[in-house]
Amino acid sequence: MKKTFFLTALLIALFVILFIGCSKDIAGRTDNTPALNPVNTDLNAGTWKPILLTGPAEFAIAAPIATNTPEYIAQINEIKSSQVDLTSEEMAIVKYWSAGAILRWNEILRELVAKHNIPPYQNADGTYPLPSATNPLAYPLFPFSNPPYAARAYAYVSAAQYDALVAAWHYKKLYNRAAPYKVDATLNLLVPQSDLPSYPSEDGVVAGTAVEMLKLLFPGDQDFVQQKAAEHKRARILSGANVRSDIEAGEALGKLVAQKFVTRARGDRAGAAAGNQAAWDKLEKDCIARGETPWISQELPKRPPMLLAYGKVKAFLFDSLTAVSLRPGPPPLVGSQQMKDEIEEIYQLSKNVTRERIRIVHFWADGVATYTPPGHWDAIAAEDFITKNFSEVRWARNMALLNMSLMDASIVCWDTKYTYFNARPSQLNPAIKTITGLPNFPAYISGHSTFSGAAAAILGHIIPERAAQYNAMADEASLSRMYGAIHFKSDCVVGLVVGKKVGSYAIERAKTDGAE
Amino acid sequence: MTKILLALLIMLSPVISSAQTDMDAIMMGKKRFCIGPMYSYSSWKDYWEGSLKRDNENIGTVSTEMTGLMGNYGISSKLNVLFSLPYVKTKATAGTLKGMKGVQDLSLFIKWMPVETEMLGGFFSLYGVGGFSFPLSNYVADFLPLSIGLQSRTASARLMADYQTGSFFVTASATYVLRDNIRIDRTAYYTTALHLTNEVKMPDGANFNFRTGIRNERLIAEAVVNNWNTLGGFDITRNNMPFPSNRMNATTIGANFKYVILPVRNEVSMVLGANTTVAGRNMGKSNTYYGSVFYVLDFNRKTKSQDQPSKTN
Repeated sequence: MKKTFFLTALLIALFVILFIGCSKDIAGRTDNTPALNPVNTDLNAGTWKPILLTGPAEFAIAAPIATNTPEYIAQINEIKSSQVDLTSEEMAIVKYWSAGAILRWNEILRELVAKHNIPPYQNADGTYPLPSATNPLAYPLFPFSNPPYAARAYAYVSAAQYDALVAAWHYKKLYNRAAPYKVDATLNLLVPQSDLPSYPSEDGVVAGTAVEMLKLLFPGDQDFVQQKAAEHKRARILSGANVRSDIEAGEALGKLVAQKFVTRARGDRAGAAAGNQAAWDKLEKDCIARGETPWISQELPKRPPMLLAYGKVKAFLFDSLTAVSLRPGPPPLVGSQQMKDEIEEIYQLSKNVTRERIRIVHFWADGVATYTPPGHWDAIAAEDFITKNFSEVRWARNMALLNMSLMDASIVCWDTKYTYFNARPSQLNPAIKTITGLPNFPAYISGHSTFSGAAAAILGHIIPERAAQYNAMADEASLSRMYGAIHFKSDCVVGLVVGKKVGSYAIERAKTDGAE
Repeated sequence: MTKILLALLIMLSPVISSAQTDMDAIMMGKKRFCIGPMYSYSSWKDYWEGSLKRDNENIGTVSTEMTGLMGNYGISSKLNVLFSLPYVKTKATAGTLKGMKGVQDLSLFIKWMPVETEMLGGFFSLYGVGGFSFPLSNYVADFLPLSIGLQSRTASARLMADYQTGSFFVTASATYVLRDNIRIDRTAYYTTALHLTNEVKMPDGANFNFRTGIRNERLIAEAVVNNWNTLGGFDITRNNMPFPSNRMNATTIGANFKYVILPVRNEVSMVLGANTTVAGRNMGKSNTYYGSVFYVLDFNRKTKSQDQPSKTN
């Protein structure tokens, strides 16, 4: 009985040690990001080259009211009274948003992409329903934010935020309104001081731009987006960084600039990217006419290939002729010895998996219900940008360069896929089993490789000391698609080369946009 | 975009449903060690996506084969330790996804019978069972429905009551399972929100088990109802992939037979059983068949006469 008691006690003790001691709560990697405290305010960023705006003053912003007016003083008092007895929830939102407006809205966008990155379930007759932008909450929810859709969404939001911030910096310098804590030294400031003029508020600009862009890109999620925007603006007042008129002017400017990007987006041919049955049939017929084996959907029921006309979408970094010129030559002929060897290579990788290769496949898979490969590169970039203490406008510029590269990479990649319309490894050898989900579109060239080549190129320019690591990551991301048994070597090798070429256009832009 | 291949499985049911386990009211006598191989085959074609029952042509039928070793040692007739060590192999009959295989989790239990008393012309006994399980290999958890397990370390506490009169018996138990966080190969995942981490919070679980039938020296024949509930977790959204921290519930009904083939001191017995899932959430509607052979090693000195309690086998 004594022994029994002892063993029971031991069991309970082990139970307690193993589990009660360790908390289950998990912090996200950017949850505890310190408040943004830029090493350089980039005061002259109003002169940087915008992407769509004709100039930083294209949209007029009225001069701010003087800081000695009763109205301004009332706004100072709004801050002061809001700071009385701050709740822990209020402290938390101040901390969250002070990490950076571009960072947080990029994360929110990644969240929306992950939420919506789910292919629709088939209809009873074996066809697939298309999400509808005009009825986004009906099944299938709009959008299906697959990688090309996501790449374009990241690019538009980032580019609009950059242009809006260039305009904001122009007006900041022009009007030179001091921050509320410089006007009233008794004000409690919960974020780092800055010498940057506070009107219009960069946070208002970023939130206003995001809200407006997301009405177009994620029209069914406005309640979530509006709640984030309201929280963001509140955080800036609670922190003492901005008075209400700073934020309202920024928000108005952000919306105006965003509307210009919305107009561009409505005419960039993405609306026709899904294609139709006739276009799908034609791709198949043309491929057979060339004497090649066309891609066949391996889903049941057969699903239309993803966004077959996306290659025609208007790029940001180059015109459509340049986009076509970036298209690589054809993949190895199906009957060639090279293709036989490449099929065998993937078969062997599929047959002989290792735990480390699975790790690499899954690390880079970024498949269903994730923020996609462009989102993964945004995450990599964001975590590095945090360490750089960029100003908001430089954050926006760097994110815009990265995301325009990723979008344009997706355009060239999709154009290539539907030019050659070639098969996946498991189509040519059904014994090939995959270590990740098989993408439902042609193989050549690998999207992951093209995205990663482009991202590594521009990020290596922005943070040169990390260039070697970015290239190593891109190589691994590319290789992961062979390890996953869903791509041939040619898809990956050529994809990386094409991606790097796309990235070089972003580098050229970066060298001449006035920020370096 | 990746092809959609959904559904779920989870490795709970095969371990839970085998006989001579932590969930039955059978104790090994002192210094007796019962050990044997087990095999189970579980498969499903339909599964619950949230509460919606569906199939998936891109995955066909998912099967899970488990071979393992189970053992039960009597420290005393009131205190036993048990272990199980499974090797698991999964396969899908349609689609391109490759099945997985590997050594899964080692489970250890301590089973204690503090109360055994005569009551209403029969015997009533109470049990307390404490368990741990932990993965023995770095297998992939985040590849449902073809993962071989969930990688979560668990600790469980069970209260079990048994009543036997003549050959008729009834056993009921309730278990709380603590499940530790797991780490997956990717750096971010979406549940009902985006998580920028490779660590996944696993909801705890509760299990209820009820079994009744006949039990004597040679034979056990019992009907078993089992109900597993994840306390938290989220539903698979429409046409989405399953995820380790989904809310996974399953109710199974089954039958279980144990027959002592050689009723000698070092007895040999065999177990056969099957169960089917009658209700579930974010799991496969699986049918499971299993069998095992057990051999008892008696470490008592041969000269000493054996005086085993009636319920010992």
